[in-house]
Amino acid sequence: MTTVDTAARPRSARGPLRQITRIILYALLIAAAVAILIPFVWMVSASLKRNNEVFTIPVQWIPQDFQWSNFADIWTQVPMATYLRNTVFLSVTITFLQVLTGSFAAYGFAKIRFPGRDVLFFAYVATIAVPWQAYMIPQYIMMQKAGLTDTFFSLILLQAFGAFGVFLMRQYYLTIPEELSEAARVDGLSEYGIWARIILPLSKPALASLALLTFVNTWNDYMGPFIYLTSNDLWTIQLGLRSFVGQFDADYAMIMTGSVLSVLPILTIFLVGQRYFIQGIATSGMKG
Amino acid sequence: MAELLTATQATAGAAPSPPQPRNRRRTRRNTLIGWSFILPNFLGFAVLTLAPVIAAFGLAFMDWDAYNTPEWIGLKNFQRLLHDESTKIALRNTAFYAAGHVPLTILAALGLALLLNRKLAGVRFFRAAAFFPYITSMVAVAVVWNMLFNPEFGPVNQFLHAIGIENAPGWTTSTTWAMPAVIVTSVWRDMGYYMVLFLAGLQAIPQEHYEAAKVDGANAWQRFRAVTLPGLRPVTFLVLILLTVQSFKIFDLIVVMTDGGPGRATLVLSQQIYRQGIVEGEFGYASAISLLLFAMVLVLTLTQFWFNNRRERS
Repeated sequence: MTTVDTAARPRSARGPLRQITRIILYALLIAAAVAILIPFVWMVSASLKRNNEVFTIPVQWIPQDFQWSNFADIWTQVPMATYLRNTVFLSVTITFLQVLTGSFAAYGFAKIRFPGRDVLFFAYVATIAVPWQAYMIPQYIMMQKAGLTDTFFSLILLQAFGAFGVFLMRQYYLTIPEELSEAARVDGLSEYGIWARIILPLSKPALASLALLTFVNTWNDYMGPFIYLTSNDLWTIQLGLRSFVGQFDADYAMIMTGSVLSVLPILTIFLVGQRYFIQGIATSGMKG
Repeated sequence: MAELLTATQATAGAAPSPPQPRNRRRTRRNTLIGWSFILPNFLGFAVLTLAPVIAAFGLAFMDWDAYNTPEWIGLKNFQRLLHDESTKIALRNTAFYAAGHVPLTILAALGLALLLNRKLAGVRFFRAAAFFPYITSMVAVAVVWNMLFNPEFGPVNQFLHAIGIENAPGWTTSTTWAMPAVIVTSVWRDMGYYMVLFLAGLQAIPQEHYEAAKVDGANAWQRFRAVTLPGLRPVTFLVLILLTVQSFKIFDLIVVMTDGGPGRATLVLSQQIYRQGIVEGEFGYASAISLLLFAMVLVLTLTQFWFNNRRERS
């Protein structure tokens, strides 16, 4: 049927027009791609220059001689290793706790019926709708009274129990047929057993989405560390990067070297888990 | 957020019916098991999110700073808010930012989605490239764009000079142009995310509608007007609300890129809350500004909720 269809079309008449449309499309695509990628090109290019070669007229998109040494020097000029260690620690801990408690609580919301459940879930959802800036003051007062400001504890506590993980996992659990849990109940498996042995293995895509989103959010977070972490030895990469800027003799090449280092892990994760990112973000329609 | 609200609605319909006497033991057992699942997360959530949300409402009506004991003062914080020059400037700047960020991001995201909603070689690469800025850290984004916008040596102004613009703007060093610079940066960062939402919307439009329009002799532009735009209306509305809420909450980009400057040219509401509450320790007054921000977001969210409801009924 399809062959007949294409054969019947007057090809010669449409050919040149199609060709032109295609060329215009590609021209538009390339223009868009350049606009999107130029900041990244600048970042990488500047990270491989001497500081006094960053700003030139006209712009040198390809460095005259590549300063690979920038990527070695940054570790000695600033406590980059400490920043990196702190960031990894916070991101891994928060992601682990969020995925664990979120996926556990979601089972209670999705698979067990009990009075008050939906009211409780509404409280979760309602807080997602409240901008966090609106309650950052009470949170800060609480942390201050508990003596937890300027410790990792404050950030871990604030970010590990978010409503987002519960919401995302619950939505996914609801798509898993109830018959599976029923069959397992008949076989004598407890609810905890059903969660661990049946539901969790089936929700790998959702777990991956949640883990990746939480990790990237924590890795990139600026406001949390900015508000809570004042000691230099607790700083994350984002705070460290920000601190290179602002002094009068800003070391532009080093700032860009640091930026490249901070973006690389996210790029790697994105390339590996792109599918889960888009799914997680598209199904939840939120974040940020 | 829109989906969040529809989701709760769906569960509300399936609420458990009141327990029969013979089921009472089972209900009690289920309640215990249910709570045991929820509790580890709920403890953290209740203490660190729910309680602060509720406390924020009370604090707004109190006079409380870092040194004195809290005192109930009614609406005085809100009266102060009406006369505080900085807060008024912050409100105006936030509105200005939203007025630029929302329409430009919609245009850019829709344009990208239309361009990338077809089978072309390399389309997957383009989609990924357009999305990546959204998950790049705000600090990296802000420092790079600050350099691109450098008035003397930045590529943006070099480009403007090259195409014959004599007095290129001073961008982040100018009180007039700092906010446009922030807007351009945030449009660049966010358009890929909303492109994903638009792409999903485009793919939901039935192919037959286009075929039918073709049979009727509609050209590409007419098909866009008659099929694509109406088909995208629900997504466009969702994007409009999400973007406006996101614009009202603008915080970290401003903090890193301009820190509210030069002067107070880019001071926004979130930053004003931070400065009054955490830097100055004026907890009560800062919470009143928080409530203002929350009320703005709430009105939008309820509009979205109402719109979804109406659409589902029709």
